[in-house]
Amino acid sequence: MTGPKTLYDKIWDAHVVSTSDDGTCLLYIDRHLVHEVTSPQAFEGLRLAGRKVRAPEKTIAVPDHNVPTTLDRISGVIANEESRIQVEALDKNARDFGVVYYPVSDVRQGIVHIVGPEQGWTLPGMTVVCGDSHTATHGAFGALAHGIGTSEVEHVLATQTLIQKKSRNMKVEITGHLRPGVTAKDITLSVIGATGTAGGTGYVIEYCGSAIEDLSMEGRMTVCNMAIEGGARAGLIAPDEKTFAYVMGRPHAPKGAQWEAALNWWKTLKSDPGAHFDKVLTLRGEDIAPVVTWGTSPEDVLPITGVVPAPADFTGGKVEAVERSLAYMGLTPGMKLTDIKIDTVFIGSCTNGRIEDLRAAAAILKGKKIKEGMRAMVVPGSGLVRAQAEEEGLAQIFIDAGMEWRLAGCSMCLAMNPDQLSPGERCAATSNRNFEGRQGRGGRTHLLSPAMAAAAAITGHLTDVREMM
Amino acid sequence: MQKFTTLTGIAAPMPLVNIDTDMIIPKQFLKTIARTGLGKNLFDEMRFTQDGAEIPGFVLNQPAYRKAEILVAGDNFGCGSSREHAPWALLDFGIRAVISTSFADIFYNNCFKNGILPIMLPPEAVAVLMADAQKGANARMTVDLAAQTVTSSDGQVFPFEVDAFKKHCLLNGLDDIGLTLEKAQAIDTYEAAAAQSRPWV
Ligand code: SF4
Repeated sequence: MTGPKTLYDKIWDAHVVSTSDDGTCLLYIDRHLVHEVTSPQAFEGLRLAGRKVRAPEKTIAVPDHNVPTTLDRISGVIANEESRIQVEALDKNARDFGVVYYPVSDVRQGIVHIVGPEQGWTLPGMTVVCGDSHTATHGAFGALAHGIGTSEVEHVLATQTLIQKKSRNMKVEITGHLRPGVTAKDITLSVIGATGTAGGTGYVIEYCGSAIEDLSMEGRMTVCNMAIEGGARAGLIAPDEKTFAYVMGRPHAPKGAQWEAALNWWKTLKSDPGAHFDKVLTLRGEDIAPVVTWGTSPEDVLPITGVVPAPADFTGGKVEAVERSLAYMGLTPGMKLTDIKIDTVFIGSCTNGRIEDLRAAAAILKGKKIKEGMRAMVVPGSGLVRAQAEEEGLAQIFIDAGMEWRLAGCSMCLAMNPDQLSPGERCAATSNRNFEGRQGRGGRTHLLSPAMAAAAAITGHLTDVREMM
Repeated sequence: MQKFTTLTGIAAPMPLVNIDTDMIIPKQFLKTIARTGLGKNLFDEMRFTQDGAEIPGFVLNQPAYRKAEILVAGDNFGCGSSREHAPWALLDFGIRAVISTSFADIFYNNCFKNGILPIMLPPEAVAVLMADAQKGANARMTVDLAAQTVTSSDGQVFPFEVDAFKKHCLLNGLDDIGLTLEKAQAIDTYEAAAAQSRPWV
């Protein structure tokens, strides 16, 4: 292909192993991240076929979904038998196949999408896959990163490649600058609100514009993390000086002459002027407000100043879906979002479990107490995030406010471990999915930013964080 | 992998939009280390009460649809997680084809790896087939992958598009790891070149 290229085109072209007549490509995979839930059947498949892991040094495994996050896990026993079997299966598979491994006992253990960048496994221009839809997170580095199913996990383990057809290019530009109290989470939710959860289907999204450039690497990861909630195959942000500064010195980042060589290439990783995008969406940073979700799809987003909509405000199949959502969520149309009372607050996940997220929440919580009767937990994304938060005094702020300070894992983002909502329990969560039953059967989830979650923890209802700043 | 050639069977209507992977198979069933046995938990929280009793209104609990082999579903079916447990559960229940206006990417791919055919059709066609599915057990649809058509119970034919490579693998039940390993030399060549151009990887 000649002519101006997008960032996606450039990374794609650098990884094509072979192309078939119909345009199907074999794409080389630089990093394969593995967790305990979507990998056991893949390793079993390898065993049955007598195959090896082709590149164990490019395969990084960490248990995260099932692991308990309570302090007693240090004793090493996972009470739930099925969870224990799954984690032990990963222990064994990592050992048998010789892949890089961070077991539960390792301080570097955490959510796979937090550990990868933290350890410098994720680098600009790479292809990164994981049997997990939120692999999109790594796109924040200008890496082409997407989720795959277990059959594809087995395919990558065996061949270090993936059979792929190229997606279309979509540009999402956030112009101008965010107003105070508005964060990366509000950007990414607002984009999904604008496109719908299927708006990105078949596309790779490149996020750009001054409001994206303003974001820290943590914020950029939050934005790319939820590209999948918009249906996109992957999210991308062109690497810049902030990216290089974040990567430099990480344990698995290149050093010395290799660093220089890498940097030279990384600096070329941006969409050329005039490159073609199949679809473009532009939002003004100034127009983005702190948002929350009211329904059971991530596209059910409104500014915190809004009211619960009515089914009649929608058309087509969405009418029935909204009726069902409102019944499930226990909400009535016309109700002010700030009147919605909250039972539980969850701060964590691969969307918002990084140090900056904890800082944002702590800034609101400092010197305050959470509402009486409120259950609130803060679950750092990795053991290293936890250690840093303790060093910075953030952990003490959470504890003093009356929150639980947990060990690293996915926790209540999907409630595969004991951290679950009970039926009807309403949660303000910094995670990424508000599906029915996501945080526990019958549990009700409102997605929002860490600062907004902190505000809700204090007042006991959804709250406009700007009033507390 | 099981081949998919043609299928004539009962189609269950699920007009809800955005049916997500958490609905198809809730996370408490992801703790398995096997691929089979998930059919009994397909759509668990929509299909059963907390104490395990059937919810009579749910489509797959209705006598007409208990043996459904096809689903006709609302837009954006399979959105959410990458869990292949979703197609495993569908397959284990006996669903071999899903018809919708659109599918989430990862789910769509995962279906092909498991002998399930996801069929994308325009909204008008899905509306006709949805109405057809609502007629119950006597309305049997036919899916023909080779011809790329769906035929309603009253003989209306709807052609659909499918990627040629995916079609080939599904028709023949091919394991694509085996196919890729035939290209091992190309992978070796790529790796050797990348070791020069991007040695830090
Ligand atoms: S934190 Fe949530 S979204 Fe992220 S990997 Fe874990 S379960 Fe998935």
